[in-house]
Amino acid sequence: MADITTRLSGINLDNPIIPASGTFGYGFEFSELYDLNILGSISIKGTTQYPRYGNNQPRIAECPCGMINSVGLQNPGITQVINEELPKLGKIFHKPVIANISGFSVSEYVHCASLIDKVPNVGIIEVNISCPNVHGGGLAFGTDPSSVSQITREVKAVTTKPVYIKLTPNVTDITEIAKSAEDSGADGLSLINTLLGMRIDIKTRRLVIANKMGGLSGPAIFPVALRMVYQVHKAVKIPVIGIGGISSAYDVIEMMMAGASAVQIGSANLVDPLICKKIIDELPEVCERLKISRISDIIGVAE
Amino acid sequence: MREVIFSVDDNKEIARDIYRLALSGDTSGISAPGQFVNVKLPGHYLRRPFSVCDWDADSLTIIYKVIGSGTHELSGISRGEKLSALISLGNGYDITASPKDSVIVGGGVGVPPLYGLAKHLTASGKYPNVILGFNSVDDCFYIDEFRNLGLNVKVTTVDGSCGIKGYVTDAFNGEKYAYACGPLPMLKAVHDIVLDGQFSFEARMACGFGACLGCSIITASGYKRVCKDGPVFKHSEILWEKDNG
Repeated sequence: MADITTRLSGINLDNPIIPASGTFGYGFEFSELYDLNILGSISIKGTTQYPRYGNNQPRIAECPCGMINSVGLQNPGITQVINEELPKLGKIFHKPVIANISGFSVSEYVHCASLIDKVPNVGIIEVNISCPNVHGGGLAFGTDPSSVSQITREVKAVTTKPVYIKLTPNVTDITEIAKSAEDSGADGLSLINTLLGMRIDIKTRRLVIANKMGGLSGPAIFPVALRMVYQVHKAVKIPVIGIGGISSAYDVIEMMMAGASAVQIGSANLVDPLICKKIIDELPEVCERLKISRISDIIGVAE
Repeated sequence: MREVIFSVDDNKEIARDIYRLALSGDTSGISAPGQFVNVKLPGHYLRRPFSVCDWDADSLTIIYKVIGSGTHELSGISRGEKLSALISLGNGYDITASPKDSVIVGGGVGVPPLYGLAKHLTASGKYPNVILGFNSVDDCFYIDEFRNLGLNVKVTTVDGSCGIKGYVTDAFNGEKYAYACGPLPMLKAVHDIVLDGQFSFEARMACGFGACLGCSIITASGYKRVCKDGPVFKHSEILWEKDNG
């Protein structure tokens, strides 16, 4: 039987499969279908300092081999996440979780990180830097190396937990942003977030998404994610979590060969709520078919 | 929620662009009329949500309108083909309420889940009036099916080609409690003239089971997911915010 365990910053994972933030809520809907403890970890729905209602309807548009979402970080705020959602999740999932945090100012990230730091069942803090910087002209933090550096340093200063920066693909050179995070003390990187996209209803001549644009995800973005994971893995020494369109055990292998130490499964959960279980069940057999005895041996082997 | 692979028994046009899809498979888990299923279609990434029109232990009927590429694809599926569906999604109508002066109000492709509701209400000895609204005679369906349950059915059409000319609200007879499903303007008009009731909403959704938050709407008790907390909402919960789309 192939060894499918892996490691992220000293945390041992039973397997590399982690549901991605925003596609899994806090796991409760999926726990109706399978025991969440089979998962490597869970990246919870992105949390901000205050509750957010998110964007107007419609928030979803279908695309060839994927979808666009513009949910707008709807979440109950850090206080409720810490007091209610995380303890409730801790009762049904007995492994460290990844707490995904977002902010619209550096101080909001710092505030969330300093509170999450004290939560026992959080193993990793994942910092979503795709939000617009309201004090910086609205440009996403993640597109500016100096902002990324500042957020990374200030978040690291308030926590002893590993900090992973979740990178946006909507940049010219993702390795520049990745290096900036690494140089500022990031323990790891998660990539990629969604690609900015749009749809038009050609009958009504109106944009489908109320907020005009949204994030493209699904198998359509897998090759882009794979390329960026490959480039970033070559450019940094810290571990990378590969995210973007992964839908099968074969995709997991390919993403790990590109340089990912673990992977996150996003949109696939929404069309097949059993997908993570199916991938975990299939992974050992797929490894054996490919003569992989230990999955961690293939991280970044592709040349 | 469960995934079930259904077998297509029949899929035929019963009114203009309106199809009835009869499926066989294990429906255990469906607990209330007004729940929906989320169907995987070839060549489409996201599943398509459809309200359940009628069901028994091993069969399910869906009535849908061909509007976009997904429903167009569905209309071409024939007897014997298999379809994956997530079933027992959403809350459905509460049939334990015993309102006086109640009316079932359906508009267009909002009519199907109300048939399952009507069957359950009549089975428990409740006989509300029924108002079914369509654009034109060519769009009408299921009028006889409701009448065959022993219900008093009034039909309205916008062009007057069948029943009363006008909208569903023109056929009201002082009823104060509505079980409603239909387009938003119809729901709002009905909401305005009744004192209480249950209203089924639709929204663009990705997952259909509460994970993605794609279908959230503003209600009197905060943001609710149409797919998981609804699609049926009580009269007092509903706010008519333009943000709700």
